[in-house]
Order: sequence, then structure tokens, then C-alpha cells
Amino acid sequence: MGTLIDQNPAAGVTVDLAEVSVTELNRALHRAADGSNWVVTRPQGAHAIAAGLDAAVTVTVEGHVGYYCAGMNQLATVVVHGNAGVGLAENMMSGRVHVKGSASQSAGATAHGGILVVDADAAARCGISMKGVDIVVGGNVGHMSAFMAQAGRLVVCGDAGDALGDSIYEARLYVKGRVASLGADCVEKPVREEHLLELAELLAAAGRADNPADFRRYGSARQLYNFHVDNADAY
Amino acid sequence: MPTSADPAQLGLRESATFDRTTIAAIRNAAATGLYDIRGGGAKRKVPHFDDLLFLGASMSRYPLEGYRERCDTDVVIGARHAAKPIHLKTPVTIAGMSFGSLSAQAKEALGRGASEVGTSTTTGDGGMTEEERGHSKTLVYQYLPSRYGMNPNHLRMADAIEVVLGQGAKPGGGGMLLGQKITERVAEMRTLPVGIDQRSACRHPDWTGPDDLRIKITELREITDWEKPIYIKIGASRPYYDVMLAIKAGADAIVLDGMQGGTAATQDVFIEHVGIPTLAAIPQAVDALQESGAHREVQLIVSGGIRSGADVAKALALGADAVSIGTAALIALGDNDPALEDEYRKLGSSAGYYDDWQAGRDPAGITTQDPQLSRRLDPIAAGRRLANLLRVMTMEAQIIARACGKAHLLNLEPEDLVALTVEAAAMARRPLAGTTWIPGAV
Repeated sequence: MGTLIDQNPAAGVTVDLAEVSVTELNRALHRAADGSNWVVTRPQGAHAIAAGLDAAVTVTVEGHVGYYCAGMNQLATVVVHGNAGVGLAENMMSGRVHVKGSASQSAGATAHGGILVVDADAAARCGISMKGVDIVVGGNVGHMSAFMAQAGRLVVCGDAGDALGDSIYEARLYVKGRVASLGADCVEKPVREEHLLELAELLAAAGRADNPADFRRYGSARQLYNFHVDNADAY
Repeated sequence: MPTSADPAQLGLRESATFDRTTIAAIRNAAATGLYDIRGGGAKRKVPHFDDLLFLGASMSRYPLEGYRERCDTDVVIGARHAAKPIHLKTPVTIAGMSFGSLSAQAKEALGRGASEVGTSTTTGDGGMTEEERGHSKTLVYQYLPSRYGMNPNHLRMADAIEVVLGQGAKPGGGGMLLGQKITERVAEMRTLPVGIDQRSACRHPDWTGPDDLRIKITELREITDWEKPIYIKIGASRPYYDVMLAIKAGADAIVLDGMQGGTAATQDVFIEHVGIPTLAAIPQAVDALQESGAHREVQLIVSGGIRSGADVAKALALGADAVSIGTAALIALGDNDPALEDEYRKLGSSAGYYDDWQAGRDPAGITTQDPQLSRRLDPIAAGRRLANLLRVMTMEAQIIARACGKAHLLNLEPEDLVALTVEAAAMARRPLAGTTWIPGAV
């Protein structure tokens, strides 16, 4: 670790990315102790900031980040005071990633666990192939969101773009606004008490005050799980 | 009326266009509405390594003494950017094959065989199992579009990472694993319901194109602290451009898989009609490496129809740094064993023809998840057979290299080769044997 990483026990560790490389930052974070606090300043849209963390640390990024911020996150909390590029928190296993602005495409792609919160909009393919993560988006999501989504929950407080949940497996989708269109094998499903309860928990975890009763639920019709020639038009 | 068993003796003529295999395929499609899905690689005859010959030493070349003079076989892969490159004792490696398509016993056997001779084995779709990590001294972790079972802990446990863009059997295609192989363990590893037909995406979910790939590779390096070699695997279709872009994207090594390369389950029409032969792909890939000044710095690992030490030597002479075997390795484990002929017949197949690797009923216990069938494969004995094959292939390649005067397998060079056919001469860019003619050369 270079001397440019400023360690102040009270405020935590401050890393100025205009002075320190992302590689130096990540190496330090990969060795960080549980409970430590890190502040990253002047991120300047750099890629792979806080990627591959595997400890219960908190990283606060003061500005915009590029691709794959918090990629494959485990245990850590990463907060971005800005917008995030492609593949935010991709393949996250656990922990919490919170972007105060908007996220580019493929936010939360293939993520297995933890919670991803995007306060504003998320672009296309939000939650693509999600495998157990919870994602809460305060604004809209783009087309093909939750494509081939396997498990987990996606909550959209705004509108969803075309082909929501195309080829979805067992993930559960909640949308408050308008859905432009549903993808293959994705259908609207009744909202029961258990769904209102889990939605309330997810919204609370994201720090949101939306009313669960205002959301509609979508999921798999399970008609395409096994190939059948009569479904050829759907493929 | 004559009763000869051979229709030709009756003066009957089979159509070359509508031969019996074609007629059977049409009849099957008409009866079922289904296309054929199978395992293995292209079955059609394409120009291959058999169409090349080594010249051997002569008046102007000095051979090395067999069994006495050294002919080294070691290869280092991934030293371009990785702090911990891979050291292999033989350039013959084991190609990526998944737990799910293969039984746990088969994966263990691959690890045992490869480790015994000091080479690497490779995971596949669906993640890393304890069996293969535990029995593989050097394990390459495939990073696939589906990211089934993708776990950063496994990424860190791997010795190298292989970003898979495509496969020779199906460039541009995703994967599939039919419901009968989605057992509870496979389903859990892939976060899917038991028994469904599982599709693997054909495109990565979080990058699109070579500029993104460069950033993705940087992320993988950041996550693993720049220690692991990163390979890019491509199915042979446009190898010159793909290799150029892979080099630019920062690959340490490139895996180039020709159309003869096997698959666990793919549509027959895809296997036979998409992609180009291994022989045609290698020179284009080597051109890209040489033109960008990266030949030997970025290693080229070739797969797709590698069966013997002769194939190994020819691939290396054309410019590869190593090869991978998949189908040949499965045969070494026991696939298509004639001793199982009665059981193959019950499945409507025959030893030497069995390719229903997707069906999960493999009597050899290799391409199955059925616990009873899987148990038939003894991973220790099967691993020993694979080690034997790997040793034989390595020694065969050495025999040829010594005959060509080379003290290392990597010293084999295109000049050592000539072609037997016009097609092979054009593809491999070696002169037709006995001539100086290279079709298309200016």
C-alpha cells in the first residue's frame, strides 16, 4: 500500500484515485479487516472499483464509477454517490451495494445474493440471469431486464422496458409502474399476502417508502421449461 | 428374385445426395418434429492433420537420437501478465468439460490422469466441483456466459481463468443440458429447478464486444490480484480477427477450438454446418499472433480433433504452443468401449457410434448423472488410462520432433510439413508434397 492512502483511524481510510491506482486500492481492500471503513475520492469513472471484496468492510465512493464496480462482491457494503457503469455488482454473492444515482446496463447480472439498490434508473438487462440477489430500483429499468432470471427478487418502483423477464425461471419480479411488454414465458401473477410482506421487507431494506399494494407481480409461466415442438413459435 | 444382402449386387444405386443417413434424418424429423441433438464433434470428413506429413531430417537437416538425445516438452502458459503462470510438463492439456455433462467420477478421472503427467484440466459450465479441484494439480476455471455456479472463491482457487466466447462444435451457440441430466446436485449448483431442459446463454450478460472484454478481463485480474493467467476460448470461425481482438483485450493465452471439437449436447445441424476445421483455423490465428508481435508471448492452445502425438506435433509445427483433448480423453476413460456393445445396442447405437451424450444413459458411466451408471466408472483406473494416453501422445510427438532435429517440441516449425491434398495445402499453407506449390500463395 502506498503512502497516498490516508489512514485516519477515526474517519477510516481515504483513498484518492487521482493519486492511487485502482489496483492498489483493490489490493488494499482485499486485505482489509472486517469492520473497516474506506472512502474513495475522485473515482473519475474508473473500472472495477472495489471488485472482488470478501470482507465486511464499508466502501463509500464519492463520485461516478465505471464498469464492474463491486463486481463479485462478498460481505462488503459499497455505496456510490454518483452513477455506475456497466455490470454494477455483477455476480455479487452477498453484502450490499447502493448506488445513489443511475446504473448502466446489466446491473446485478448473474448475482447470487446480497442486495443491490439503485436509487434512480437502471438501464437494459438489469438483473440478467440473476441467481438469488435482491435488486431494488427506485426508477425505471430498461429492456430485457430479468432475462433468464433464475432466482431472487427484482423490485422496480418505476416502469419496465420491453421483454421483461424473458425466458425467466424462478425469480420474482415486482413492478409499480408500466411494463412495456413481457418476454417469453413471463406472466403476471396474483399478489398474495406473502408477496406484500416480502415486498415490504425489500422496500424497507432499500430505504424506500413505496406502498407494496401499488405493485404488480410477474414470474414464470413455466411453459418452456422442457422443450416441446408445439412451443416452437415461442423460442 | 435375387436375395443378396447387398443392394448394390442387385444393381440398385444409392443416391449420394439422399443417402441412407439423410433419409433416416428426414424420416425422423417428419415423425417427431424434432431436430437431432447429440454429443461429439463434426462427423463429416474435413481436411485435417491426416492431410499433412512431416519431412524428417535429411542431408540438410540433422536428426536427434531417439531415446538418448533430449527433446523437451515443457510449456509455460500465461507469463504475459500473470504473476503466477502455469507450468506444464506436456503441451497436451484436457479441454473444458462440465460436471453435469460428465459424471463426478469422470471429472475426477480427468483430474487424476492430467495430474499424473503434469498437465492441466479444465472445468465447464456449472462451476467447480470438489472432485475436480481435489484431483487436479493444475485446474483452469471456465468463465462462461451462463455463469452457472460462478463463484469468486472458485475463481481464486483456480490456477488459470478461461473466458469462453465460443466452442468449435458451435461457434455462436450457447449450451444445453437436457432435463434427464439435471439431478438435484446439478440443479443446486446451477440454481435451477430439477429436471428442466437447461439452456446456457450464447452471449456474456455483462459485456458486448472486444472493448468491453478488455475491461472484463481487467476486472478478473483485479479480483484475483493479477496472479492468474487469463485465457480466451474461441470457436473457430474468424480466427484471424478473433485472435487479433483477443490479444488487444489482454489475453495471456488463446484457446482455439475447431469444428471437430466435441460438445456434450448440440443440434447436429449446428455441429456439422457452423465453424471451420481446426487445420484451416491455425494458420489464421498464427498470422494474427505474428503480425501483432505476440507469437509465443500469448500462447495458442489448439483443440478440435486431436487424437495422437502426430496431431500434437502438427498443431505445434503450425504454430500452436499447446493442444487440448476432449473426445480422445473420454475415449481413454472408456467411452465407446466395444465391451459394452450389447448395452449400446439396447440404446439403438453401437460401440464406435455412440454419441447420445446428451441423454444421460451412458453405459460407460461418463456422460451421465445416473448414480448407478456413474458408479461403473472407476476414477482411479480411468485416470490411469488417460495418463497412459497423454504419455503416448507426448512420446509420439517427441519421436517426430527428434526425427525433424528438434530438441524441444516447440521448435517444430511449418517448414517441417508438407500437404497431401490440395485443400490441406491451401488451408495449412504448406506445399503439396513433392512440389513447391502452395495454392493461393503469391
